[in-house]
Amino acid sequence: MNVSAISAPPPLLEVRGLEKSFPGVRALSGVSFSVAAGEIHALLGENGAGKSTLIKIVSGVFSQNAGEILIDGVEQNFHSPEDARRAGVATIYQELLLFPELTVAENIFMGHAPRRLAGRLDWREMRERAERLLESLEIHDLAADRVVGALSVGNRQRVEILRALSYDARLLIMDEPTAALTEPDVVRLFKIVRLLKARGVGIIYISHRLDEIFTLADRVTVLRDGAYVGTRDVARTDPGELVQMMVGRTIENLFPKVEAPIGAPVLEVADLVRRPTTRGVSLSVRSGEIVGLAGLVGSGRSELAQAIFGVTPAESGAIRIAGEPVVIRSPGQARDLGIAYVPEDRGTQGLVRPMSVLQNFSLAALGSLSRFGFIDRAAERRLAETGVAQLSVKTSSLEQVAGRLSGGNQQKIVLGKWLANNPRLLILDEPTRGIDVGAKAEIHRIMGDLARQGVAILLISSELPEVLGMSDRVLVMREGRFVAEFARAEATPEAVGAAMMGGSGTLRGAAA
Amino acid sequence: MSAIAMETRAAPRASLLRRLSSQEVLLAIAIVVLALVVGAINPRFLATRNLSDILLGNAYVAVAAIGMSMVIISGNIDISVGALIGVLATISGSMAVAGYSIALAWLVPVLVGIAVMALQGAVIAYLRIPAIVVTLGMLSILKGGLISVTGGKWITDLPDSFHLADIELFDILPMPVLIMVGATILAALWMRYTAQGRAIYATGGNPEAARLCGISPQVTVVMVFALHGLFAGIAALLFATQLKVIQSTVPPNLELTIITAAVVGGVSILGGVGTVIGSTLAAILIAEIASALVFVSISPYWIRAVQGGLILLTVVADIVRRQRRVAGDSR
Repeated sequence: MNVSAISAPPPLLEVRGLEKSFPGVRALSGVSFSVAAGEIHALLGENGAGKSTLIKIVSGVFSQNAGEILIDGVEQNFHSPEDARRAGVATIYQELLLFPELTVAENIFMGHAPRRLAGRLDWREMRERAERLLESLEIHDLAADRVVGALSVGNRQRVEILRALSYDARLLIMDEPTAALTEPDVVRLFKIVRLLKARGVGIIYISHRLDEIFTLADRVTVLRDGAYVGTRDVARTDPGELVQMMVGRTIENLFPKVEAPIGAPVLEVADLVRRPTTRGVSLSVRSGEIVGLAGLVGSGRSELAQAIFGVTPAESGAIRIAGEPVVIRSPGQARDLGIAYVPEDRGTQGLVRPMSVLQNFSLAALGSLSRFGFIDRAAERRLAETGVAQLSVKTSSLEQVAGRLSGGNQQKIVLGKWLANNPRLLILDEPTRGIDVGAKAEIHRIMGDLARQGVAILLISSELPEVLGMSDRVLVMREGRFVAEFARAEATPEAVGAAMMGGSGTLRGAAA
Repeated sequence: MSAIAMETRAAPRASLLRRLSSQEVLLAIAIVVLALVVGAINPRFLATRNLSDILLGNAYVAVAAIGMSMVIISGNIDISVGALIGVLATISGSMAVAGYSIALAWLVPVLVGIAVMALQGAVIAYLRIPAIVVTLGMLSILKGGLISVTGGKWITDLPDSFHLADIELFDILPMPVLIMVGATILAALWMRYTAQGRAIYATGGNPEAARLCGISPQVTVVMVFALHGLFAGIAALLFATQLKVIQSTVPPNLELTIITAAVVGGVSILGGVGTVIGSTLAAILIAEIASALVFVSISPYWIRAVQGGLILLTVVADIVRRQRRVAGDSR
């Protein structure tokens, strides 16, 4: 017994039974995994699977509700990122946190610069140490006195890595480090990561790109809906298994699809361009049809919706509504054409929080409710009463300030305000993100009702089961283009998931 | 189901309490209580002459605060209004002295006020420059320009017919009070019952959400500033015509007094919340306090400290009320 305890030293990082809840959302439940020194451990999961929450707990930004974090077998109690840093944990976020006006060396030593007597900065020492760090990662084309703002994204990321190393980090967490990199920068990043691995640094590597995981990682842990699904040795798994672990298979029961008669095209889009996010997109949505738009965050789905709705009008391409060619330059125009848009973020884009439930409901219909500029108060009240009943919004009164309702009820209002306009086309961007199961089911029921009434629906969702469960057809978007289209019957999680991520090599044939 | 039923039953009482604790009602109570308390200490405070001086001398602040409230509710701020009132008053007086018709001397400053403010609104809305920066620049331009052009001289020898503020309708209703009350009521009705008024609240509450509902935040902001210019123009007329001379300066920190009236009147500095009835009542309260200080023999220099205290009190009271409401709403 003693022998085995000695021969198996504790892992560099061990996480046991981590739990984290935010108001109304359970972000993590029972997550356990470990990272050894010199290991590259990939973290995989859909958007909202809990990866970000997990790394924010490990790096001391959030504190967990339950569970333990051990470093070298010793339990840690992080209260701040500073605590985590002192324990040797450094994190490189997707948005690089650098000071563009300062030099490479200043950025590396920001907050812990070498000092001389009386607290004066030791510039020479700082410069020399920065140069030694650059040398240690075999970076020869980056000078310590360059201003960071002038650097390429790849070089800026290297500065972040050096900054992490300057704290003698033993565990480096990288959140989608290749998301914004060009191909040569990716190659250089991999070289650096392998160098760090050889030096015994443990690395948590988050990426959506399966090919990277197979190139780089030793082990991979999959999360789904905040829960731990499993850990695999990369050498003993394949993309198919990982995708299946990520998306699960519980779709049929959760989303009872209502069959609606499908009629004439309501929306037809041909070769729509709005650089850099929408790069030649064509699609059509018919009356009564629900078309799902799948894709990773950043694939250009929301931007496409905003181009159609006139928020960021298209540069070129054609849009037809019910067969009529139209040019949409503003949301007001889109609204008057019978388009409704429920935006991705109800807090910043959907709800006017200080306004009452009543006033939020009428916000998109003020024009039709007004006579000579004056709002017909009785009609406004009827409209809100109908909406509250139709969507089962739980509120103490119509005068209730909307910002104080629960997330699900807020979302119902953001959706409900459009129904007063009797839209022909409804664009829903993440309509059920972060709301409770009951409200989610209500919103799905309303979608079914609307489709049966002949409304055409374009559904954007990062929750793959939702897209697959609700849609008649699924379009997959990647890097501003459609890369695949599936009829309802063909749209399996594995096929759609692989098309979303690309590069898995297993299902290329599905690409249209 | 039972929870909903319970909530509905509790609702009328809660909303009555809420209505009684509204900023407007609290301000009205404060105005009356303060008058009674100061009157008890020094009965001369309640003399008709003094009360009407308070109203007449400060009606222009209340009128300017109407526009300021709209600006703040739309999510912006304006610190140039004090200087603008000074400029408009000087334009008006100069025209009257130069022999232009009185109607023109009253009309031109109002139009200039609308134009200057609409221009600022357009810069803020379309060039996306923060309101505080744009109006700070305008403040300097107006203040500097006024001193340079007038050389600090006072305008005297104003024709008698120029004095709008001296007119009394039916020999009993003084024009400043009439304008203050009329403008407040019209603006309040407009804010509450029109689609454009609603657009101001929506733009201040969440400009992105407003935009996605087809309301143009840009058009709304320009409209709000143009209206603010209209009220600033009217305020300038009341200010210019209440004395026999026009100084080329306005009371120092006039813009801060106007902003204070809006905030103490319940307008949220974050935008989206407030009423112009509140701001008018707050302007009256602030003027009443300034007068009361004199009557209870406190140095009038304390008025600024009192204004500051009022702002803090309002903000703290607002936060306390909100927290209580949140606690009441949670299940």
